[in-house]
Amino acid sequence: MRKAIVPLFAASGLIFMTAPILIARAPYESTMGLVQKIFYFHFPPAILMLVSSIFCGILSGLFLIKKRPVFDWMAFAAAELTVLYGAMAMVTGPLWARKAWGVWWQWDARLTMSLLMWMVFVSYLLLRRYGGPGSETLAAGLALFGMATAPFVYLSVNIWRTIHPLTSVVPTLPVDFALPLWYAFLGFFLMYLALMALRVRIEEQRAMLDQLYLESEE
Amino acid sequence: MNAFWRVVWVVARKDLAIEARSRELINTTVFFAVSCVVVFSVSFVGEGGDGRAIGDAAAGILWIAIAFSGTLALGRTFERERYGDTLRALLLAPGARAAVYVGKLLGIIALLIATQVVVVPLVALLFQASLFEHFGMVAALLVAGTIGFASVGTLFAAMLARARSRDVLLPILLYPVTIPVMIAGVRGTSALLAAEPQLDMARLWIMLLVSFDVVFVTLSLWTFESLMTE
Repeated sequence: MRKAIVPLFAASGLIFMTAPILIARAPYESTMGLVQKIFYFHFPPAILMLVSSIFCGILSGLFLIKKRPVFDWMAFAAAELTVLYGAMAMVTGPLWARKAWGVWWQWDARLTMSLLMWMVFVSYLLLRRYGGPGSETLAAGLALFGMATAPFVYLSVNIWRTIHPLTSVVPTLPVDFALPLWYAFLGFFLMYLALMALRVRIEEQRAMLDQLYLESEE
Repeated sequence: MNAFWRVVWVVARKDLAIEARSRELINTTVFFAVSCVVVFSVSFVGEGGDGRAIGDAAAGILWIAIAFSGTLALGRTFERERYGDTLRALLLAPGARAAVYVGKLLGIIALLIATQVVVVPLVALLFQASLFEHFGMVAALLVAGTIGFASVGTLFAAMLARARSRDVLLPILLYPVTIPVMIAGVRGTSALLAAEPQLDMARLWIMLLVSFDVVFVTLSLWTFESLMTE
């Protein structure tokens, strides 16, 4: 895991440097034109936020059952990354919406549910920061509730009529659009892995330091 | 199964007996809910006019009053356990942990419903809201919404009972998770309060609330045990 951090950062950096070329060469979408290009930076973090929240929930469940600290470190990292990627999706979303829908924000099902999920994970971080000793167990319980909102976020556009595009859009994209999209996605994904590895390593070191501190006290 | 329900009954009866003698929570919670309604009525009812709230504000005010006073009551019930050092005793009691949770939950639901008995007529009176026209549906919305809110609330309040800065953390954790319940409650109630009551719409929201209840109660029962171990 540790040896992979630098190559992962390098690979995602390389992709982020070259992705604009592919995105610039992709054809213009017929109705939205240039504005639609935000899509390449909106969809990947949004999907990764969802995946990350589910990942955090599963790891938290494992931590509650098995009590192994490594699950907790990974769940903590996943929660932070959920908030980070959610913030990216929620900055790029309104920028696009302003041009495409004429408003910055709309209280439709997809947007509301995404915001709520993001808030659950922000509260997770607040709990861990200010909850005092034992808060990692409590946060794990909260993450399970956060994970329970993920299917609602994903399916909300199909169940309720909203102005957000449906989930069927991405799988049926023509290849000219799909290629830069998945290329950008790969960049975001590798960055996710790199940050996750780095974050887990920090927690690992912190636990080791605590251990050493305790031993020197005795 | 019988032993399970006996523990549930003992825990719930204990809380209700304390409440019947001190009336601490019911008095403070009801008065807090009334204050909430009054504060909102000042903001959402224009001077003169017909005395009705702007738009569907009546439904929103009712649910906000329930959520706010519910948060306060949740914090207090576990504060009481902590103050008397009885939380550990409760958890050490023989019988399933989940039974302790269900007992606590029933006590809180009873308290919140008692609050609603006061708040619902008050909202109907102050905002000329026709809450009693389809009373069965309104009651179903309130009960389903209260169960959803209280099930998550009881779990979070219990697990936060020993955490630092629990007073502020409880609403911070509780609201994002329970906002779907609030949305369903408010939308369902305002569908009933509309000039042309939309019964189908309200029924749909009740169904949604019931499905939230199932998810929340299942998750809470499943996690209560592992979250309350020391």
